[in-house]
Amino acid sequence: MTWNDVVFLLPEIIISIGASLLLLAPVVGWRQRETSAKWSMLILLGITALTVIGCSYWVQEIPQSRSLAGMFALDGFAIFFKLIFITAIAMITLLSDDFLRESRYSVWEYYSLLGFALCGMMFMVSGMSLISIYIGLELMSLSSYILAGFFKNEEKSTEAAMKYFVLGAVSSGILLYGISLIYGVCGSLNLLDIGRALSTIITNDALMFGVMLLGAGLCFKMAAVPFHVWTPDVYEGAPTPITAFLSTASKAAAFSIFARIFYLALHDFQLDWSNVLATISALSMVLGNLAAITQDNVKRMLAYSSIAHAGYALLGIISLNSLGLRGVLIYSLVYVFANLGIWATVLMLRRHEYGGERVDDFEGLSRRAPFWAFAMVIFLLSLGGIPPTAGFIGKYFLFAAAIQAGFGWLAILAVLMSAVSMFYYLRLVVAMYLREGREADVAITRPLQIVAATCLIITLLLGIYPTPLINQATESSRWIGARAAIIPHAGR
Amino acid sequence: MTQSYFPILIMLILAVVIGATILGLNWVLGRHQRNPSKLSPYESGVPPLDENRKRINVRFYQIAMLFILFDIEAAFLYPWAVIYRDAAQGPSGMFLFGEMAVFIGLLAVGYVYVWKKKAFDWH
Amino acid sequence: MNAAFLVFFVVGTIAVASSILVVAMRNPVHSALFLLLTFLCVAILFVVKDAEFVAAVQVLVYAGGIMVLFLFVVMLINVRHLPDDRTLSRFWKGGVGVGLAIFLLLATVVRTGTYHDQNPNKKLLRSTASHRVRKVTNPDGSVTRKRVVRHRTVGNSEAVGMALYQDYLVPFEVASLFLLVAMIGAIVIGKRELSAPEEETSPDFILKRMETEKDVKEAMSA
Repeated sequence: MTWNDVVFLLPEIIISIGASLLLLAPVVGWRQRETSAKWSMLILLGITALTVIGCSYWVQEIPQSRSLAGMFALDGFAIFFKLIFITAIAMITLLSDDFLRESRYSVWEYYSLLGFALCGMMFMVSGMSLISIYIGLELMSLSSYILAGFFKNEEKSTEAAMKYFVLGAVSSGILLYGISLIYGVCGSLNLLDIGRALSTIITNDALMFGVMLLGAGLCFKMAAVPFHVWTPDVYEGAPTPITAFLSTASKAAAFSIFARIFYLALHDFQLDWSNVLATISALSMVLGNLAAITQDNVKRMLAYSSIAHAGYALLGIISLNSLGLRGVLIYSLVYVFANLGIWATVLMLRRHEYGGERVDDFEGLSRRAPFWAFAMVIFLLSLGGIPPTAGFIGKYFLFAAAIQAGFGWLAILAVLMSAVSMFYYLRLVVAMYLREGREADVAITRPLQIVAATCLIITLLLGIYPTPLINQATESSRWIGARAAIIPHAGR
Repeated sequence: MTQSYFPILIMLILAVVIGATILGLNWVLGRHQRNPSKLSPYESGVPPLDENRKRINVRFYQIAMLFILFDIEAAFLYPWAVIYRDAAQGPSGMFLFGEMAVFIGLLAVGYVYVWKKKAFDWH
Repeated sequence: MNAAFLVFFVVGTIAVASSILVVAMRNPVHSALFLLLTFLCVAILFVVKDAEFVAAVQVLVYAGGIMVLFLFVVMLINVRHLPDDRTLSRFWKGGVGVGLAIFLLLATVVRTGTYHDQNPNKKLLRSTASHRVRKVTNPDGSVTRKRVVRHRTVGNSEAVGMALYQDYLVPFEVASLFLLVAMIGAIVIGKRELSAPEEETSPDFILKRMETEKDVKEAMSA
């Protein structure tokens, strides 16, 4: 560990300095109009993104596994996800703009917290040691708890923050206990060292239990079924832009560390955890999709849908093959942008406080805002995995990976459940196109248009011409893929 | 090494024994009178006007929370201070100094923020 | 039976007993005091395990700081009168069942698991590797600089410091960001808006506060 290694951390350093400045700007007297907060945030994100891209050219030259005393890796996988996170946070900044203007809360702190959450996500996706993954995860979670309760005079917001915080703290404890058991057995926290130690261990109760606890903690963060109960309430109560953050960036971050830990460290232990995770995946898909059908509140419906999507993403982790790893990358990107588009549309409908939350609010949208209603249909189709949208590519990779790994039954279930999910996605479409709407206005502002249009372009373009995305995913997953395949084992 | 804590153990035991002895003797030797004036908080004082447990101001809580955060930050300084004197002469001296400067810098950001937000002001 | 085991046995028993009393006590202040006792016992157990730094942190942060916070919360909520009848939560059977199951699971797993280091080397907790550059005079008279690694036996705090500030540097700096975010949270969530004084005297606010107090009291007595 020397000064030279600091270069790896440059994006994180920039975002944390920037977030600190955003925090201090208003309190030391630079009290500008709120739009300047938004622009500062966007410029900061732009600089960070450029730094990440700049760093990506170093990747070939650095000893990736051992930077910063084996704590931190700047590999293609991390860079891919970092760029997704930065883009998602930029879009959430745009989504938050009007929302915050109407409230009397301090905008600067809000953006600063978003910046720190991003910093946590960037740290954890690069984490090569369980402890750095954990602390990054905690930084992200703590920022999200505060953001969920940011509108503290709203009863719902406070309730959501409280539930999220208490359950999140318990799950962090479980995760940490799992990590300590794994450390006890393997004698190291470094993912590669754990992988190496596990190749010599045949069966071990403590390790088994540790992996289960670790998996339980991670499943909580990505809201997979036995650990999903917080999701609907928190998503419903949190301010809508924060719900968008929780269901996209935060969730993709959970996918990314799940994949990194299980591919890099626990690949030799697959026989012991893959069936458990397969069950969790199946339960998530079934329960998430079936529960979503009965919801009349769009935020709750999307919460259950996101539980189901956690189930799909788990397919890519269970299968533990090249298709699965690429599937996780592609699916995360596709899922994040389709979802952000949906949230942008939901925010367009927001009238006073809770407009756009019920399915009824979408009635007649096709007449009031035909283009955005069409965009909404595309996003919903993408979530459902219907070609020619990008969602199809993501699901194709995940399902193919599951079949290749011998989890055919799970893939069939996933296809069935995707069909079920179309049922409630179509409910929104029916409301938009076939029902007479009450005369209610829509608030289509420029930032929302930018977000929805960008998501629409990404979703359609990658659906029609997915080759660049697939190539990029192949490229980005190369290092982890090679590491995971170093030691051949029975599970594959 | 643990043996060096033996005196502290003895001290702890002595503290418990002495405390228990004094209370026990009091209980054994003293006369037990249970009337309202004996049981009042101040036997010969002014009777309390109010209940002793009032709802306290939320500001105390906030101050306590900030105290804990700074307390934890201070706890991180101890091991650093212990190793710094030796390391300062070695090659990693400036590095150690730098990392603690970053840590204190972030702490200072928080401090300025909390101060400017008037969390330390009572009114 | 050696002294360390005896201490472990006695202190461990006190720790378990007092933590049970934390949940069994009716007066929240008593619960808090038993929690304090639990923290202190755990600190002693850390000392027995040669982790003196953690023991010191346990006393400083937990017994010192977190307990203050707990007591403030107790006073903030201010439960004056608890109902006389003791009622158990409807789910107590489930709770006890889950607790027992987890205990059995842990007991089995921790006992039968094989660990990386069966006999933890206590010296590891107290040794550091320090790099020194030393001038060495060669037989031919020239002077070369040589890096020497010395393993020294040091105090536990020093060993923690070496690990924390050299190997675990990145998590350590992220931890400082974490504390910063916690500070922001304390202000954002805890602090009233600047217009609070007006709010406080308005009849609506007072009525609302009384209602909240009533709710809290009901919730506590339920």
